[in-house]
Amino acid sequence: MEKKIGEVLLNVDHISLAFGGVKALTDICFSIREKEVFAIIGPNGAGKTSMLNVINGFYHPQEGEITYKGVHRKQMKSHDAAVQGIARTFQNVALFKGMSTLDNIMTGRIIHMKRNLFWQACYLGPARKEEMQNREYVEDIIDFLEIQAIRRTPVGRLPYGLQKRVELGRALAMEPDLLLLDEPMAGMNIEEKQDMCRFVLDVNDQYGTTIALIEHDMGVVMDISDKVVVLDYGKKLAEGTPDEIRGNQTVIDAYLGVTSANK
Amino acid sequence: MKETTATEKLSQVLDTIPKLLLDHAKKRADRPANRLKDLGIWQTWTWFDVAEEVRNLACGLAKIGFQRGDKLAVIGDNRPRLYWSMVAAQALGGIPVPLYQDSVAEEMVYVLENSDAKFAIVQNQEQTDKLLEIKDRLPHLEYICYEEPRGMHDYTQEFVFYYKDVQQTGRAFHGENPDYFLHEVEQGQGSDISIFLYTSGTTGKPKGVVLTSDNLIITARNSIDFDNLTCDEEVLAYLPMAWVGDNIFSLAQAYVIGFCVNCPENPETVMTDLKEIGPTYYFAPPAIYETVLTKVMIRMEDASRIKRSMFNYFMELAKFVGIRILDGKHVSFLEKFLYSIGQILVYGPLRNNLGLSRTRLAYTAGEAIGPEIFEFFRSLGINIKQLYGQTEASVFICAQPDGQVKADTVGIAYPGVELRLADNSEVFYRSPGVFHSYYKNPESTAETKDAEGWVATGDAGFFDEDGHLKIIDRAKDVGLMNDDTMFAPKYIENKLKFFPFIKEAVSFGHKKDYVSAFLCIDIEAVGNWAERHNLAFSGYTDLSAKSEVYNLLKECVETVNSDLARDEKLSGSQIKRFLLLHKELDADDGELTRTRKVRRRIVAEKYDVLIVALDDPKQTHCEIEAEMTFEDGRTGIVRADLQILETERQETQIHTHAA
Repeated sequence: MEKKIGEVLLNVDHISLAFGGVKALTDICFSIREKEVFAIIGPNGAGKTSMLNVINGFYHPQEGEITYKGVHRKQMKSHDAAVQGIARTFQNVALFKGMSTLDNIMTGRIIHMKRNLFWQACYLGPARKEEMQNREYVEDIIDFLEIQAIRRTPVGRLPYGLQKRVELGRALAMEPDLLLLDEPMAGMNIEEKQDMCRFVLDVNDQYGTTIALIEHDMGVVMDISDKVVVLDYGKKLAEGTPDEIRGNQTVIDAYLGVTSANK
Repeated sequence: MKETTATEKLSQVLDTIPKLLLDHAKKRADRPANRLKDLGIWQTWTWFDVAEEVRNLACGLAKIGFQRGDKLAVIGDNRPRLYWSMVAAQALGGIPVPLYQDSVAEEMVYVLENSDAKFAIVQNQEQTDKLLEIKDRLPHLEYICYEEPRGMHDYTQEFVFYYKDVQQTGRAFHGENPDYFLHEVEQGQGSDISIFLYTSGTTGKPKGVVLTSDNLIITARNSIDFDNLTCDEEVLAYLPMAWVGDNIFSLAQAYVIGFCVNCPENPETVMTDLKEIGPTYYFAPPAIYETVLTKVMIRMEDASRIKRSMFNYFMELAKFVGIRILDGKHVSFLEKFLYSIGQILVYGPLRNNLGLSRTRLAYTAGEAIGPEIFEFFRSLGINIKQLYGQTEASVFICAQPDGQVKADTVGIAYPGVELRLADNSEVFYRSPGVFHSYYKNPESTAETKDAEGWVATGDAGFFDEDGHLKIIDRAKDVGLMNDDTMFAPKYIENKLKFFPFIKEAVSFGHKKDYVSAFLCIDIEAVGNWAERHNLAFSGYTDLSAKSEVYNLLKECVETVNSDLARDEKLSGSQIKRFLLLHKELDADDGELTRTRKVRRRIVAEKYDVLIVALDDPKQTHCEIEAEMTFEDGRTGIVRADLQILETERQETQIHTHAA
């Protein structure tokens, strides 16, 4: 079953980002194609999360351009990024701890809701219809992620692994074209990682979503990515398929080490 | 059904499930028959709907090539569409063969091959994948049909069908041949074989129990009379479809009297779904009642002082008053008044929280149940009773009538059932529910069922002074120690498992000088206890190794020993040495059956080195290395060094009352 990888969806062009004297990113270039699973790897402090934040509109780079869906821009507000189809998850889960799983995922639908505050408060006619449609979409996601049992549980009471899954659900609720995952497997054991991998691949397969993920588990990266870019101290070390990266000597010296490269 | 003339021709004798279905569709068309929670909402199908769905499926299967006598495997969680698949197969004169959905592909090969299954209707992609993995070893299997389309859009094999597509074909077929379905159903008879149920096999390969329509339906009719079941019952179907109990409760009884069977969203949501449905009639193995009680107790310990004291006071009251009310015995006005206050404050909310508010009848079977558990539920007003049965009996051999419920018996002979005891105390029975045969296994059939229809249960038991049957143990497991004391391992293990801290126990004593045991801790109960005592632990193996936990369990073992000491015959079988196993016994590792019964021989072989260490009074600990299977089928090795503890022997005490 061959996956058709499409045209370039996101192009990162000579991006540099600095905080005062600290150079977080220096002259980074790469591109992500439609339907690709693109991994960003590198040691801690390499600038991976900063890179995602730039794509997302959280950070504004000093130099360089991002081209998303053919539109060049120097910087974008994070709200615009969301509306244009970029969704993300966070390293330290950023859910609303007091709200239930269902409600958290429903918040992902806000960008799709047209009825204003007045209509939603009255909950009549069109607002009600919209609520039902959104609820159905969210229930489908809950079914997809197999979290029916915790539908009504306040998210703060869930174990870490499940919280990550709920956060993925919220990102999916936005119907993104590009999904940014920041260390989705962090803190999970083998079986949980397998589940998460399966969900990520299913999202890519079923919804056709392009995925960019930051990940430290080399087994996961090598297994599921189509393309990998390696960052170190804010600079790009290499870019290529998992096999190419595995054999790249610079990458092995800086990050992988010998046994990892032989996996 | 629109064909009025055709249904009038329908045989008046409702001796098969499809016939019963059509009868309900005619007489009670709008009453709910099945529900399923899907995408968070309960979907309902009436009897009329179900008849139509079954008809469409049956016609579709016929069009594909289903013939009389064909076997149809059914694999998945409890789903209305899978129940309908079974009825559709029966309507066409075929035989459904449900399998355990948790089985790995390898385990399914034997059952599918032995049963000659030609068709398989499965729930989802997971089950489909398992079948595809083993299909080349199953020459009989020709068609696979899946119910849930998720993940299936890339499967292009021509022998893999989508359930709704089959029904679509069937609808068209029915349009062209409107009398076909009815004609097929009418050919069915009570003596027809209606299902194969494979026993889980604690020893050796599973055997296919062949049951006829009469077996299921007559038994169902008797049970409906025994317990006064009505068509308004609401039942939650959550136990495996491959198990005979589910086929009686969610299929035979439901179709005979016409009550509604509700299916949960998935196995993890069962507890929430239970609360939403509020079943009136409920079955659960003792382990579930134990878990519920443990959970309630644990959460009460965390509650505020007012709630705790309210709970303790009213539960004490319930123990004295509640059970007598349930048994229809006399209570004083004051007692009744206090109990009704308790109802508002404690029992009502508690039952509601457990999902048992409307439960008028709850059954349990399979293993002995602890007296405190019985007491707890009965004092809340839930009529929990024991029954005793096996697949070969279409479930019911004995059951407890209302008002005669005791913790340590399994009841009197069920209506229609004859009982007798052999010289070695083995229990024999004969009834209309007795199975037809073991499929393709005439030797086993002859060994189990004699020419007059008496079946050997393999259990040893005796009748108490009220005429109730008490089961001691499997007849072949009852052993003899070196000093001629009777060694009844299950009896001892059940006493151990009554403690919430002990999840599983395996004892050894046959031809030995003293009894020793493996104990598996209950991670929830012991974990909770550990937290309360500020004991940090990193997982199951670590917790099982702690000396504080060993001492905790030693107290349990010594309590059991003093219990055994009260009976002269059993006093010699007190447990002298024990150890805590570093991992839970698991069906995936072959140590338990899928219905959670211990496979003694396999456990003894696998942990041989531990048994040797237990038998040697000088060894105080033992190293073990064991293979463990993860849920996805991969294996790993677990290593541990287990401590062995010795207990003090209790003096034999002779009481005037029997133990």
